[in-house]
Amino acid sequence: MILDYILNAIAIGMTFLYGSTGEIITEKAGHLNLGIPGVMCVGAAGGCAALHYMIVGGITNGFLLVLVGILASFIAAFLMGMLFSFLAVTLHANQNVTGLAMTTFGVGLMKYIMFGLKEGNSIPYLKALSAFRFPFADQTNGLKYCGVMVFLALIIALLSSFVLFKTKVGLHLRAVGENPATADAAGINVTLYKYLATSIGCGISGLGGLCYIMDYAGSRESYLSIEALGWLAVALVIFALWRPHLSIVGSVIFGALFIAGQFIPTLVPLKFLQTMTAAPLLKMLPYVVTIIVLTVTSIRDKKENHPPQGLGLNYYREER
Amino acid sequence: MEKSIALELRGVTKTFGKVIANNNVDLTVYKGEILSILGENGCGKTTLMNMISGIYYPDKGQIFVDGREVVIRSPKDAFGYKIGMIHQHFKLVDVFSASENIVLGIDDGKKYNIKDVNNRVLEICERYGFNIDPKKKIYEMSVSEKQTVEIIKVLYRGADILILDEPTAVLTPQETEKLFDVLRRMRDDGKAIMIITHKLHEVLSVSDRVAVLRRGEHIATVETATATESMLTEMMVGKKVTLNIDRLDPVSPCERLVLEGLNCTSHEGIKLLDNISFTARSGEILGIAGIAGSGQRELLEAIAGLQHLDEGTITYKNPKNGEDVNLRDKTPLQIRDLGVRLSFVPEDRLGMGLVGNMDIIDNMMLRSYKRGASMFLDRKAPKDLAKNIIQSLEIATPGATTPVRRLSGGNVQKVLVGREISSAPSVLMAAYPVRGLDIGSSYTIYNLLNDQKARGVAVIFVGEDLDVLVELCDRIIVLASGKITGIVDARNTTKEEIGLLMTKSTSISEDAEKAAKEGSENG
Amino acid sequence: MANVKKHEPLFHIVKRDRMPIWQSLIIRLAAIVLGLLFCGLLCNIILDVKPMELYKTLYDGVFGTERRIWKMAKDLAVLLCISLAVTPAFKMKFWNIGAEGQVLMSCLAAVACTIYFGGKMPNWVLLICMAAASILAGMIWAVIPAIFKAKWDTNETLFTLMMNYVATQLVAYFLIVWVPSGSSSLGEQAFGHMPIVYHRYFILVAVVAVLTIFMYIYLNYFKQGYEISVVGESQKTACYIGINVKTVIIRTLIVSGALCGIAGFLIVSALDHSVTTDAVGGRGFTAIMVSWLAKFNPLIMVATSFLIVFLQQGVYEFANDYGISTAFQNIIVGIILFFVIGCEFFINYKIMFTRKEVAKK
Repeated sequence: MILDYILNAIAIGMTFLYGSTGEIITEKAGHLNLGIPGVMCVGAAGGCAALHYMIVGGITNGFLLVLVGILASFIAAFLMGMLFSFLAVTLHANQNVTGLAMTTFGVGLMKYIMFGLKEGNSIPYLKALSAFRFPFADQTNGLKYCGVMVFLALIIALLSSFVLFKTKVGLHLRAVGENPATADAAGINVTLYKYLATSIGCGISGLGGLCYIMDYAGSRESYLSIEALGWLAVALVIFALWRPHLSIVGSVIFGALFIAGQFIPTLVPLKFLQTMTAAPLLKMLPYVVTIIVLTVTSIRDKKENHPPQGLGLNYYREER
Repeated sequence: MEKSIALELRGVTKTFGKVIANNNVDLTVYKGEILSILGENGCGKTTLMNMISGIYYPDKGQIFVDGREVVIRSPKDAFGYKIGMIHQHFKLVDVFSASENIVLGIDDGKKYNIKDVNNRVLEICERYGFNIDPKKKIYEMSVSEKQTVEIIKVLYRGADILILDEPTAVLTPQETEKLFDVLRRMRDDGKAIMIITHKLHEVLSVSDRVAVLRRGEHIATVETATATESMLTEMMVGKKVTLNIDRLDPVSPCERLVLEGLNCTSHEGIKLLDNISFTARSGEILGIAGIAGSGQRELLEAIAGLQHLDEGTITYKNPKNGEDVNLRDKTPLQIRDLGVRLSFVPEDRLGMGLVGNMDIIDNMMLRSYKRGASMFLDRKAPKDLAKNIIQSLEIATPGATTPVRRLSGGNVQKVLVGREISSAPSVLMAAYPVRGLDIGSSYTIYNLLNDQKARGVAVIFVGEDLDVLVELCDRIIVLASGKITGIVDARNTTKEEIGLLMTKSTSISEDAEKAAKEGSENG
Repeated sequence: MANVKKHEPLFHIVKRDRMPIWQSLIIRLAAIVLGLLFCGLLCNIILDVKPMELYKTLYDGVFGTERRIWKMAKDLAVLLCISLAVTPAFKMKFWNIGAEGQVLMSCLAAVACTIYFGGKMPNWVLLICMAAASILAGMIWAVIPAIFKAKWDTNETLFTLMMNYVATQLVAYFLIVWVPSGSSSLGEQAFGHMPIVYHRYFILVAVVAVLTIFMYIYLNYFKQGYEISVVGESQKTACYIGINVKTVIIRTLIVSGALCGIAGFLIVSALDHSVTTDAVGGRGFTAIMVSWLAKFNPLIMVATSFLIVFLQQGVYEFANDYGISTAFQNIIVGIILFFVIGCEFFINYKIMFTRKEVAKK
């Protein structure tokens, strides 16, 4: 049972991992994107729509389904990133407000698309579920949620850390986020870096939405909780200290907290936990823990653990 | 002259909104020479150089490098033409190491390996005689180390045309001399060097030719050998000016502010103020000299009630009743409520002294809005004050409801100083009050300080230009890393003496005390 | 050297001096019109609805009947009230995105009053109790992050955000406690209804109108409002002139929370008479945009909240008419917001096209 709990925590944790890795890349470019929840929704919707039309069109090849599903999800979210970049970089719009508007828009778009994807009483895209899971991961063992996207998340997180901290591209990107004027004076194309980092970051976050539906939830109305997951992913960035590899651990812990409501009552033989009233209190856990960690990290202030200095500020070269 | 032209500007024009920053500027630089770009603050020197280095794009005009017309749209383009600029406000990423900053933006197709970079940086250091640790983080560095990193950064890219924007503003006379040596060595290497400055003696000592700018226009370029200070000044300002600051003798000075044994440390445990003791007297201007960041800001903020002290006392002697008032660990409001008339012109005008987005009236209100028991604001008195100051200090503004952010540097400073002296202070502290101001505005400020002195105010003046400090002040305190390394009589001292004191890091406290005693005897 | 291509940029952007107000208004209106045109085109393409149909449905959906106009007035009042609540904090640059939770907690407090005191006291006393409890709950929920921000500079954006979800779960908890059947849906409460004057929503609208004027005066003519502006513009300046920044942060969030409390009280006493986890329905977030678009001016916020409510209600009717998801309203609101956010650029900057005026010698 504990093993089951951990495996489940990992599976849902990967949703957070996609979200936070994407947001870390975005923030490293100096953009505080509060639109991540919306972006994850759009990613989910994009992937599901592609799968829907493939299934309806009679395509059953598992490999093709997975590939196109992931690509569609990434591209849909990538376009949201382009939109954010256009507003924040080219039009110098306030990032917080742009992000919130994107969340409104993204959540609406997803609900609209998912509503449209219902055919009678069946939902075709969920037929692709098995393709996303490994053949040995049947419904009975603890691996039932482990699929392609779990491993993809780990690869992306590790790769992002490598690129950010060990390559020149990463050095340039971090410079753009820390001090765009300096990066600009050094001959780095600030606009290009900001656009690409934000869009790719959003693309990665978008996969989180698809991951949640295809790997973890696999149910009809599951998409409604993606927004809340997205906000937690944004919070996770702070705990990961802007390092994707640390985010892996954080994600699993968040995952464990997020599903505590389902597992803790059976794991911990306390009478109170078996009652119905305990459920909402357990569901509160990830948020309360976030608040506590947020407070603790702010009390233990260290220069290395600060967000990028240029976070949230738009750059205009001819500012006087 | 048989030297070949490195860079040429023809008819370059740049405007910001309605302001013409550069108008039809022609300029030529040869290889193997140092060209000074001389001009007052706000005359468009930096804008012009920023167009060469790709930060700004000119509205009109042509740029030639090695005789070929070029288009420089970004710093990257500038690097392509081997142009490198060392900005006045360093363009460095604080959390990166020296090497990481140096390699930033270089696209040489090589694999990124920080160890190779470190080695190459050390090679450059050896060639030009720099001393720097490539792995050190920028935020742990001193100002002159940061400047060294900036210079290495440009050399690392193999720049042939170097532009330095006010490189000496943050250096001591001794460090300046060292920098000039490096520049001469680079000139002899065949590089073209442009140095922006408004200090005449530097122009005369380091450059081969001088280009003078005035109000965005290129006035003339002359051989340094044939130039004199007065001639350059006239070209710079456009009329004959006498560059003498009046210094009145203090009238019946008495102790106004007594500081004893001030100590304070930063969050990181670095000593910001180390056993500071001195006395400020009424009717005199007390100068404070030192390298930037030697504790000047902390000292003034401690007096103003903005900096927490670990030890020490600050005693204010009230001129009305002769009572002693202890100011230590009081908030600015408490200090005001104690009847202490303390005015403070901080270094950061728009970030601290004023609110850039508010209009002049609301800025006048900053100091006085709390008066009275009403919950509502009184805007009438500040409005009158604003009108008064605009008129008496000749502030160029469309009206009292213009946000101060839109005013020019000199007018912003007049608003701030005007507000601070309007409360008839008995102590006036001013930190770098003429930084970035043109000559006319600077002299207005000096006159205002002298006025206050004549009225018996104890003026504390933190300055960076040693020439001005020596001419304006009565006594000068020299700070070095939070310690007082000397208190000198401004009438019998030299810049060089102060410069030496500024870098004296191992002074023992007895020294300071001795110097303090001497200082008080002289004053 | 040869690697740099030689051609000039087509245009570059320049910061503007101040623009006359009428001009900036025209730009904003143009952005809204463009946004609406875009939405019309979108509906034409994906739903095969003529754009004019959309606009007509929008208009009818809001102004078609007296009932709809009152519905619009009611929604506008609630959104405006929450927007007023977040404004002082935002003017101070305190990113309080927790209005959702603050209002929800005050709804919960008001409903708690009706459950525990309902029928045991006269209605007007109960209403006062509800108002007091709501205001207190809103204040507490707002002041907790403020205290942490003041003391340790804890990131308020995420803190307030998380408080929203804690509030949601608290409501879920109490719904389980209060509804023994386990359905978690609390029916309309019989007590604590706002008396009906003139119209069912009249008091609600009147209260918010008074609050709007009060907030305008508070921000512009009160010493406290001035302090909020100074802290928002520059904390360093605030310290320099002796404002205690921590006190101002906490005090402002108390004001903010109290207004959220009033919003919650109004929602329960005048509209819902009940509470669900979705009682605020995202208006806490929408309010931020209303406030920001109005540049934190309470009077202009009447217009910006009207814009949002108009779109939401109009598109809601439209979606019902055409049998699509009502989430369509979020899409339309989102698109219009993008246009309005983007148009700020043209107010602050101007595009200069490069003219070839190089003197050829």
